[in-house]
Amino acid sequence: MHISEGILTWPVLASGAAFAAAGTAVGLKKLKTEDIPKTAILSAAFFVASLIHVPIGPASAHLILNGIVGLLLGWAAFPAILVALFLQALFFQYGGITTLGVNTLLMALPAVLCYLVFHPLIIKKDGYTASAAGFAGGFLSVLFSGIILAAFLIFAHRAFTEVAYFIVSIHLPIMIIEGIITMFCIGFLKKVQPSLLGSVYGFDGSNPAITK
Amino acid sequence: MLSEPFSIGNSVIHRIDPRHRILAAFLYSVVVAVLYQLQALALATAFSGLLVKTAGLDGKAVFRRLALVNGFVALFWLILPFTAKGDILFEAGPLTVYEAGVLMALQITLKSNAIIMAFISLVSTMSFSTLGYALRSLKLPHKLVFLFILTYRYIFVIEQEYRKIWRSVKVRGFSPATSIHCYKTYAYMIGMIFVRAAARADRVYRAMLCRGFNGRFHSLSDFPASGKNGLFLFIAIVCTVLLVSTEWYFHG
Repeated sequence: MHISEGILTWPVLASGAAFAAAGTAVGLKKLKTEDIPKTAILSAAFFVASLIHVPIGPASAHLILNGIVGLLLGWAAFPAILVALFLQALFFQYGGITTLGVNTLLMALPAVLCYLVFHPLIIKKDGYTASAAGFAGGFLSVLFSGIILAAFLIFAHRAFTEVAYFIVSIHLPIMIIEGIITMFCIGFLKKVQPSLLGSVYGFDGSNPAITK
Repeated sequence: MLSEPFSIGNSVIHRIDPRHRILAAFLYSVVVAVLYQLQALALATAFSGLLVKTAGLDGKAVFRRLALVNGFVALFWLILPFTAKGDILFEAGPLTVYEAGVLMALQITLKSNAIIMAFISLVSTMSFSTLGYALRSLKLPHKLVFLFILTYRYIFVIEQEYRKIWRSVKVRGFSPATSIHCYKTYAYMIGMIFVRAAARADRVYRAMLCRGFNGRFHSLSDFPASGKNGLFLFIAIVCTVLLVSTEWYFHG
């Protein structure tokens, strides 16, 4: 999910860039140098996810995975997503220089919000609660991204309202699939390598579930 | 999967200092993004086309990249002309086409193509390591540049791991369908990619530490200061000034 070059007006582009820069600054500050290789892995996975197509009925959609990136990285999701989007702009011309800020914000802000709300639940609880939190993390991060994208379009110009609604509505099935995939993926990581979800990726030392 | 088809070349543009190119691309994109007058946008598209020509890029390859972007733009063409109310351009049966909508869709098309052509010819024409080095010398935070370079490296690792896992599920008879089983398989595949890639990242990082890595990268290629760089930046500034004045002129 991204906005191409040439669509938004300058106030929207500038404020998007400012918020994305602030988020990235926070993320970089919390990111320790020794954790950069692992952050890069997730950043690369976020990049590759856009090439993985999953079937939905007769059609197919590519994965977004900003929920998983958020749940595993916390605030470091901002620099991770910024870097992945810049690479996508470089290789595929998805988005571009002037829209890098808005695109980073619309992907990373929901990821960080999902981390703040659902990460403690996933770490501390088991069974249905953790699964539900995983599903909600994947589902809501795509939903919020869609809402932010729609808001940017509508702020830029009232005439974009219908386009914005259309984009959000085609993402509805994708939200459900992202929810399901995030839920199973988080469950899998909890069983196979819980350190990926916990201490290793706990950039925010204040999280009690991690420091314990 | 990934290639840098535009980075190989020996045109005037390829020889200009990457830092100057990045600055020029940034300045130009920002200016084009705020233009509204069709005349100014047409001029910008012409400038960008000229850039692609100067960089001596394969027209077909550039066109393919643009086609991808124009898919998103097409969405605006499908909706805007019918919904942006204003003066009626013409009516075709039950459909009314409004002038304002067509105008807006046209603006978007010109703008996005102009910016992307400039981006391809200025930034995609440098190799990745050069880009990382240039970003660092443009004073970007060094953690960010480090993350950027490693991410680029790991994209290939992740892609390899993905292909490996994909082969092994295929061998076991997996076929994608709209079912919980399928999504579960994809989720486990992604989880497994994280597990393997994280282990690999760890090994690579330890190896780098052993070899005295201190968080800094160095570029092997050298960019001698030459009058051409200054001239290039000067032309870029003249072009943007021309664009801005065209915008003002037609703005009235």
